[in-house]
Amino acid sequence: MPSSGRPDTVYYFGTCLVDLFYPEAGLAGMELLKRAGIRVVFPADQSCCGQPARNSGYFDEARAVALRQIKAFPQPWPIVVPSGSCAGMMKTHYPDLFEGRPEHEEAKAFASRVFELTDFLVNVVNIRLTDKGQPLTVTWHGSCHSMREMGVVDQPKALLRQLANVTLVENGREKECCGFGGTFAVRQPEISAAMVADKVTALEDTKAARVISGDCGCLMNITGAMGKKGSPMGGQHIAQFLLERVDG
Amino acid sequence: MGDFTSRAPAALNDPTLRANFRRAMDGLMSKRAAQFADKDAWESLRAQGAAAKARVVARLPELLEQLEANLTQNGIVVHWAETTAQANAIVLDILQKAGAKTVIKGKSMVSEEMELNHHLEAHGIRAVESDLGEYIIQLAGEAPSHIVMPCIHKNKAEIASLFEKNIAGLGYTEDVDALTAAARAALRGQFASADAGISGVNFAVAETGTLVLVENEGNGRLSTTLPPLHIAVMGIEKLAEKLDDLPALLSLLPRSATGQAITTYVNMISRPRQPGEKDGPKAVHVVLLDSGRSRVYADAQLQDTLRCIRCGACMNHCPVYSRVGGHTYKFVYPGPIGKILTPQLEGLDCAGDQPHASTLCNACVEVCPVKIPIADILVRLRAESVNSTGSGAVKGAGSMRKRLESLVWKGWAAMYGVPMLYRLGSWGLTRLGNWLPDSLPMLKRWTSVRTRPRFAAKTLHELARDKGYDHE
Repeated sequence: MPSSGRPDTVYYFGTCLVDLFYPEAGLAGMELLKRAGIRVVFPADQSCCGQPARNSGYFDEARAVALRQIKAFPQPWPIVVPSGSCAGMMKTHYPDLFEGRPEHEEAKAFASRVFELTDFLVNVVNIRLTDKGQPLTVTWHGSCHSMREMGVVDQPKALLRQLANVTLVENGREKECCGFGGTFAVRQPEISAAMVADKVTALEDTKAARVISGDCGCLMNITGAMGKKGSPMGGQHIAQFLLERVDG
Repeated sequence: MGDFTSRAPAALNDPTLRANFRRAMDGLMSKRAAQFADKDAWESLRAQGAAAKARVVARLPELLEQLEANLTQNGIVVHWAETTAQANAIVLDILQKAGAKTVIKGKSMVSEEMELNHHLEAHGIRAVESDLGEYIIQLAGEAPSHIVMPCIHKNKAEIASLFEKNIAGLGYTEDVDALTAAARAALRGQFASADAGISGVNFAVAETGTLVLVENEGNGRLSTTLPPLHIAVMGIEKLAEKLDDLPALLSLLPRSATGQAITTYVNMISRPRQPGEKDGPKAVHVVLLDSGRSRVYADAQLQDTLRCIRCGACMNHCPVYSRVGGHTYKFVYPGPIGKILTPQLEGLDCAGDQPHASTLCNACVEVCPVKIPIADILVRLRAESVNSTGSGAVKGAGSMRKRLESLVWKGWAAMYGVPMLYRLGSWGLTRLGNWLPDSLPMLKRWTSVRTRPRFAAKTLHELARDKGYDHE
């Protein structure tokens, strides 16, 4: 893949959570790529990366869904994903899932084309953003899988720091899981509740107006908990936030 | 007792316990981070440690034979125990033959697995724990809550009350030096008079037949040198192939565990007292315990579990452990390593809930000094627990399979695996999903502390098409 330069065309994998709950965030990521002069193709046959089944131990079901995604992205273009967690599933776990099976090579080739959105914007597109928004203080929540499976730690912050009127403040528990964990949130509701309560406190302590994240699973959990307790703080997907800032 | 999920609220609702763990784990994490500030040095050291333990696991049977031969040649008596009951019987037999009535113990998690103290007590032999943390929980009649710091769940005030009640002549004091001195005074006599010492083993070196034991209090050295008889108990995986592997392992272990560059004591025991020598036990025995480990070894993926050097870094960094504490796990090994080890040793039929008590956040994987792929093994064990064949690599495979749940996943795979069904399903959810009743159990658990997520009016599929994106 084009480490040597930016591609003309990319695939976009929207993720199931974005598709159903946060389509505007997904669309914002596509818009950022398009404005950078890249043709964005959104395969109609895509659905979910298969992570929920894989993490629940239902490997056959995960493979069936994973294989359908692999088939939906036939061209050798990069696959850009507005979620570190879904990208991590496709990049690190697709090869494992198909180990010893006829589809293994195909899965590995697919995995090698997967990029998390902010990583792609920074390291492949080399995007330059012009901030037209009002002064605002935000803090960043990196998802566990984006940090630890995709190695995405500094890229989103580099994007936020390009915004002249945005102040990025660090929060004290940045590397700690928010307690979402997919089905964990409903399988272990009390532990998840304790984790997200601590996360919200750490975010509120920054006095930032908004928490920005690259993963809608974490955001659903964190902003849901903020809403329930009546916190003045809000949350937003980074793609949507960046687009909002450059549009002014 | 219930399962993990039902045990958790008791710990979660105990503010003192929560504060004790949070404070302790935060301290341990920052001390460890300071030790590994140089990322390249950490990665290189960790690669050495992981390789050393991977070699042990790869060649375990032959290394165990080599270890046995070299220990025997050194005059150390080797015993093999398939079960904890056998291990207890072996230890008891050695003690009874020596006429031992009192035992001083160094810290050993394998002895916890065996519940050795209870077994000895039932046969009239008194075992006193000499590690300060173990001594404290023995006074309290509790089990360890952490594999390295067994009484980490207690704060200074709780220990002060415990000592006031149990140590004659000591009033209530929170002065750490005074508390330590009181324990020291109480233990000194035990060291001098014990008929036998029992310890664990951190690394048994196959190449030389050497037992390596690290500790900070000197109690390990006293327990293994002062009494006339020393019995070491260890799991069959706690090996190092060569002496040359020790520098990396001995550097990784304390740095990962307590954030120390090295422990105060590193004991290397290679033989009993020889004629003309003035100290050391006259006889040294090693009991090598299997207790399910050879079954772990038999699976190519699961055997990575056996690399563990018991540093506890995984639990120190675990967002679940730091909130529920060690006792919630109920079994001997808590935290992420416990969540993968316990179901394999005890069976998924009695500990199958443990692998689910994780968000798969990978914090443990990031700090494991021997690169155990804990998250992947957690997921593998989840798969084993719902295995439809009912027979798998782990005892109790398939025992958590529920008909309804497996049907739900079949339906899920159909919806997300067949594009036509997904279009239909996602169209329906965006139009009707917000009408689902709040009383659905999953939704209720979610909304207990969060607002209800709202389905968008249109899917991204629809918006992308509306905006003219190529939608092939």
